[in-house]
Amino acid sequence: MTDLHRLSHLDQLESEAIYILREVAAQFERPALLFSGGKDSICLVHLALKAFRPGKFPFPLVHIDTGHNFDEALKFRDDLAERTGEKLVVRYVQDSIDQGKAVEEKGKFPSRNAIQAVTLLDTIAEFKFDACIGGARRDEEKARAKERIFSVRDEFGSWDPKLQRPELWNIYNGKIHVGENVRVFPISNWTELDVWEYIRKEKIELPSLYFSHQREIVWREDLVFPVSKFISLDNTDKVETRTVRFRTVGDMTCTAAVESEANTIDDIIREIQVSRTTERGSRLDDKRSEAAMEDRKKGGYF
Amino acid sequence: MDILRFITAGSVDDGKSTLIGRLLYDSKSIFQDQLEAIEKAGQVNGQINLALLTDGLKAEREQGITIDIAYKYFSTPKRKFIIADAPGHVQYTRNMVTGASNSDLAIILIDARKGVIEQTYRHSYIVSLLRIPYVVVCINKMDLVDFSEEVFLNIQKQYLEFAKDLDLKSIHFLPISALNGDNVVDLSSSMPWWKGSSLLGFLEEIELRTEEDSPAPRFPVQNVIRPQTTEYHDYRGYAGQIRSGHFTVGDSITVLPSGLKSKIKAIDTYAGSVNTAYAPMSVTIRLEDEIDVSRGDMLVVSGKEPITSQDLEAHICWMDQKVMTPGSKYLLRQTTNAVKASIRSLEYRVETSTHEKKEQASLGLNEIGKVTIRTAKPVAYDPYSQIRGTGSFVLVDEGTNQTVAAGMLL
Repeated sequence: MTDLHRLSHLDQLESEAIYILREVAAQFERPALLFSGGKDSICLVHLALKAFRPGKFPFPLVHIDTGHNFDEALKFRDDLAERTGEKLVVRYVQDSIDQGKAVEEKGKFPSRNAIQAVTLLDTIAEFKFDACIGGARRDEEKARAKERIFSVRDEFGSWDPKLQRPELWNIYNGKIHVGENVRVFPISNWTELDVWEYIRKEKIELPSLYFSHQREIVWREDLVFPVSKFISLDNTDKVETRTVRFRTVGDMTCTAAVESEANTIDDIIREIQVSRTTERGSRLDDKRSEAAMEDRKKGGYF
Repeated sequence: MDILRFITAGSVDDGKSTLIGRLLYDSKSIFQDQLEAIEKAGQVNGQINLALLTDGLKAEREQGITIDIAYKYFSTPKRKFIIADAPGHVQYTRNMVTGASNSDLAIILIDARKGVIEQTYRHSYIVSLLRIPYVVVCINKMDLVDFSEEVFLNIQKQYLEFAKDLDLKSIHFLPISALNGDNVVDLSSSMPWWKGSSLLGFLEEIELRTEEDSPAPRFPVQNVIRPQTTEYHDYRGYAGQIRSGHFTVGDSITVLPSGLKSKIKAIDTYAGSVNTAYAPMSVTIRLEDEIDVSRGDMLVVSGKEPITSQDLEAHICWMDQKVMTPGSKYLLRQTTNAVKASIRSLEYRVETSTHEKKEQASLGLNEIGKVTIRTAKPVAYDPYSQIRGTGSFVLVDEGTNQTVAAGMLL
C-alpha cells in the first residue's frame, strides 16, 4: 500500500461516525436521532444516509421544538424529512408548559433552553427510547470535552461525570438497565472547522440562516440578537438592521448572530479560520456561569 | 491532512495540563472568549493558569486535579491533533488506559527536578502494554534546573536504562518548560545546546503507521443491510469498518467463526461502489453466495485467517471496584462480537512500577494481570501485538452493565 491510500482527516472522522451510528443500530432496540435543524444534526442525517442506505434509518428523527425556533430552521427540517423519506417526530416544549411540567423563565432574557430537558425526557419516556443520537462535539465546551461517545444517563436523564464508563478502543458498551438511556455523540471528535469542511466536501445543504443576510437586531451584552416576537424590547433597546449570519443555530432567544458578509461555504470557512471566538461564544445560555453546561447536563439536558 | 491522536501522561503536578494549555496557546488554538474565562478565574505566579483550559469539571477546578480524560483538538496546516489529557493519579489508571487505547503517540512528562519516578514507570508500562507506537519523553520544568543539559542527559540515561525491559519501539526525548513555552511550539533561546525540534515540530513531522498496511485483512460485520424494497429486493449487504488491510472485489472470503466461504461481489459506499477498500473505511460488502453471516462474524481474506479459539490468554486491566476472582462470568466484547466468558485463572499480577510478576488470588481496581479465559463460542482474533483492532476486548459485568476490564489478547 502506498500513501495514496491514507484517509484524510475528514474521511477518518466520517468513517468513525458511520461506525458509531451502526453500533447504535445494532446495540439498541429503540434509538432516536435528535434533530435540531442546526448544521451538526444535519451532518448526522447525512452520515446516517451513508451508514444505512440503501436501507431505511433504524431510528426516527426527533425534534424537541421549543416554540422559539427560527422559521427557516423549521422549514428546512420538514423539507429534509420529506426529501429523505425518514420518519420525523416533533414534540413541543409549549405542551410541557401547558401541562404544568415546565415553568417558563421570567426576566429580560427568558430562555427555554433549560426546560427543553423536560420535554426531551418525556419524549424519551413516551417512545421508550434507549439511545438518543446527538450532534454535540467535544470542542464546543469544556464539560463536553469530558464526555464519552456512549454516555449513559439515568432515568432522570442525569449525567454523572465522575462515574463514566471507561471507553476503550472503538468497543462501545451500550448495555443499560430499563429506564436508563444512552446519549450517543458520533461527531464528538469533530471541530467546528471539520464540520464546515465536511459540509463543503459533501455539498450538504443548510438553512439560509448560516449565510449572510440582512436582519433586524438589538445589542445584548455585546452580542448581536435577532429581533423576534420572543424577546421583549424596552426603550433602552435600539433596533438596527445589520448584515449578519448565524454561526450556531438554537433558539431565537439564546442564539446570537455575528456580523458577517460570508455568503458561501468558502467564505464561512475563511471566517472561522481567523475567528478569535468560539462558536459557543454566541450562546447566551453558556455564559450564565462557569459550569452552565455541566449543570444543565446533570439535569438531563442534551 | 491526517490525524495524530496522542495522550499525555505524567504524575500530578508534572504539568500535563499546563503543557496542553501551552500547546494550544502558542499554536494560537485558543479563542479569545476561552482566554477571558480563564483570565477571570485567576493567575498562577503572575501568569494565566493554562491548566484551566483542560480541567472542564467543577470538581476538577475545585481540587485543581484532573479526574477524567478531557479531549482537546487543534490543528496546524500539517495535521489535525486529538489530545487525550489523562489524569496522573494512580486511582485513575483506568482513565489513562481509556485514553491510551486510541492513541498513536504518548507524551510522558518528567519533572526535571525529580527525574524518573514511580509514576513514570507505571505510565511507561501502560504505554508499552497498550502498544502505543511512539513515546516522547518531555523533561519539563527545565527552567527550574537552569536549563542544564547535564540534567537532561542524566534523566534520558536513567529512562533508557529502565525502558530496556519494555516493548517501546520508538522513544524520543525533549527538554521543555511548559510554563514558559520553551521548546513546546517555539524553540527556546535558553537551551542553545538543544539541536532537535520543538515538541510541536516533532508531532507534525512524525510519520504515522496505520493498520491499513497490515497484510491481514479484517472486516468485523456490524449490521446486515436488507432494504427489502422493490428497487433493492435482493440486496443483502454486510456493513462494517475495515480494521486492517484491504479488500478488493473478487477476493476469496472466509467467514469466521463459521468457516463458510464466498467471494466479494461488491463493495458499496453511499457515493457508489468501489473496487478496493482499506482500513479504516466504513463500507458495505456484498458476497456472491447467500450464506449465513451476521453481526459479530468476521470476514477475512481466505488463507490469511486469524486464530479462532474458545480458550484465550490475555493481559487485562481491571477497572471496577468489585474485584475480579477466577471463575467469574462476564460478557466479552471484541470487535462487534459479544460472547459470554468465564475467567479461568489469574496467572499473575504485574507490579506496574517495577514490572514484577506477582501471584495473587484476585485482581483489584486499576491492577493489571495475565488471565486465561474460556468463551461460550469460538472467537476469531489476532494477537493484540499484531492487530490492535481485533486483539482488544472489554469485559462487561452483566449485573451492573459496567465495563469492568480492558483486555489485550496474546
